[in-house]
Amino acid sequence: MKIPEQIQRLAIVIAVIVGGVLLARFYLIPPSLIARDLHQATTVQREVARPVKFAGSTACQDCHQDVAVRKGKGYHRNLACEGCHGASVNHAEDPGSVKPFAPRDRKFCPVCHAYDAARPTGFPQINPTAHNPVKPCITCHNPHDPVPPRTPQACSACHAQIERTKAVSSHALLACTTCHTVPEQHKKAPRTALPSKPQTREFCGQCHAKDATRVKEAPKVDLPTHGAPYQCWQCHYPHLPEGRA
Amino acid sequence: MNKREFVKGLILFFPAAGLLRALGRELDAAPAGAPGAAGKESGSTGPGAEPAGGMPAKAYDADSHYYGMGIEVDKCIGCSRCVEACKAENDVPREPFFFRTWIERYDIKRNGEVLVESVNAPSKKPPEVAPDDRDVIRSFFVPKLCNNCANPPCVQVCPVGATFATKDGVVLIDKERCIGCRYCIQACPYGARYLDPRTKTADKCTFCYHRVVKDLLPACVEVCPTQARIFGDLKSRASRLVRFQRMNRIHVLKPALNTEPKVYYAQLDGEVR
Repeated sequence: MKIPEQIQRLAIVIAVIVGGVLLARFYLIPPSLIARDLHQATTVQREVARPVKFAGSTACQDCHQDVAVRKGKGYHRNLACEGCHGASVNHAEDPGSVKPFAPRDRKFCPVCHAYDAARPTGFPQINPTAHNPVKPCITCHNPHDPVPPRTPQACSACHAQIERTKAVSSHALLACTTCHTVPEQHKKAPRTALPSKPQTREFCGQCHAKDATRVKEAPKVDLPTHGAPYQCWQCHYPHLPEGRA
Repeated sequence: MNKREFVKGLILFFPAAGLLRALGRELDAAPAGAPGAAGKESGSTGPGAEPAGGMPAKAYDADSHYYGMGIEVDKCIGCSRCVEACKAENDVPREPFFFRTWIERYDIKRNGEVLVESVNAPSKKPPEVAPDDRDVIRSFFVPKLCNNCANPPCVQVCPVGATFATKDGVVLIDKERCIGCRYCIQACPYGARYLDPRTKTADKCTFCYHRVVKDLLPACVEVCPTQARIFGDLKSRASRLVRFQRMNRIHVLKPALNTEPKVYYAQLDGEVR
């Protein structure tokens, strides 16, 4: 049997191509280009070698212990130093010549404290245009221990919603302290020193029981039978008794 | 040569080629084995052995960690400190359309309409919702970032194998190998990737891998003023993340896509996509 010449030539061409590819694949291309493990390891190494720019709060405490102690007691205790002062690894390495950024103008604090409807309820927010305009925030508030510059005198400073509700109710003339005993500390530590709340039916009965003499005009009920197993405030909202007028 | 013999030759040709290939590999293994094995070894001990930043790093074992992030949606105040910190730490382009992490604001209206905008892109900033707008019934912020999925679609589609998941559960990109084809950017269901305009390669959040292996927190977690972000190791039972998972009801983004994301959200609204 004789192989036609065309086939012979074609076979040579194919052999050269296949041989070339195999040669390139196994001898010319360096193994580092093909080995998956190797190139992933180099990527990991490259990634790990990238410079760190935020030193971390523990690094700051080594030198700035006074600030750390003060901040640790205030509302900003959980804030990282570099959240306001910016990435400061350079400062941590060379404290003398590199100084971190310190925001002192009115633009910075509203980043967190400007009113935004999407912010969680209870987060302290202000209207930057109405709240002491022009003055930098740090004239009144120490950012390391932010508290209102004056302790609020009236309950309405914080509990404005209750104050406004009570003002239109039949309890309008009662002071908050008629029903709540407020420890002095509550103004400074509102969440730890809590005011008292009435605990018993008899407390409301001081005015609303049949034989009560304290306020003559107050509506009277027969305390032992009126909604007996329940506490008064389970049906009546004390800041606005009997709903809307 | 008749047809029968030609076909016979053809059938024999391919197994022969395969045999040759296997033979070649056998030959190749002997001389190339040394650097290959070295590479494998440095893969497991490399990060710790690297004395970066002059720190005497102790040996870091990637096998004993598996990282994830927790996000408590109710705590986010949308201040974008995390976005700024991420850009500073990771050298992300300043233009407001390249983000490794970003914050979305959701406004859900009474009629069921949902407005979603990125807080960080000023051009697309939502019209300020008035405080007394009774049409908006819910409004909140959702921080977003790469979910570093356990089953990552971006890794599946990369034509050159430039992106891969490490043993400690972080999806990384080999910038030297990436050809900038943008396939992974299309494949990511969370829109977490972007093409770096300077290198023309894909880029995304790495959980600050270079910090994490040195026992530092990711930059966004470090600066978050309300601790809305929790970072931790899923393999350690005492980690903050495992505690977070124990104490909260957890949801992930787009669970139906089976990507097994490792960013866990607490108090996530059903409207968040």
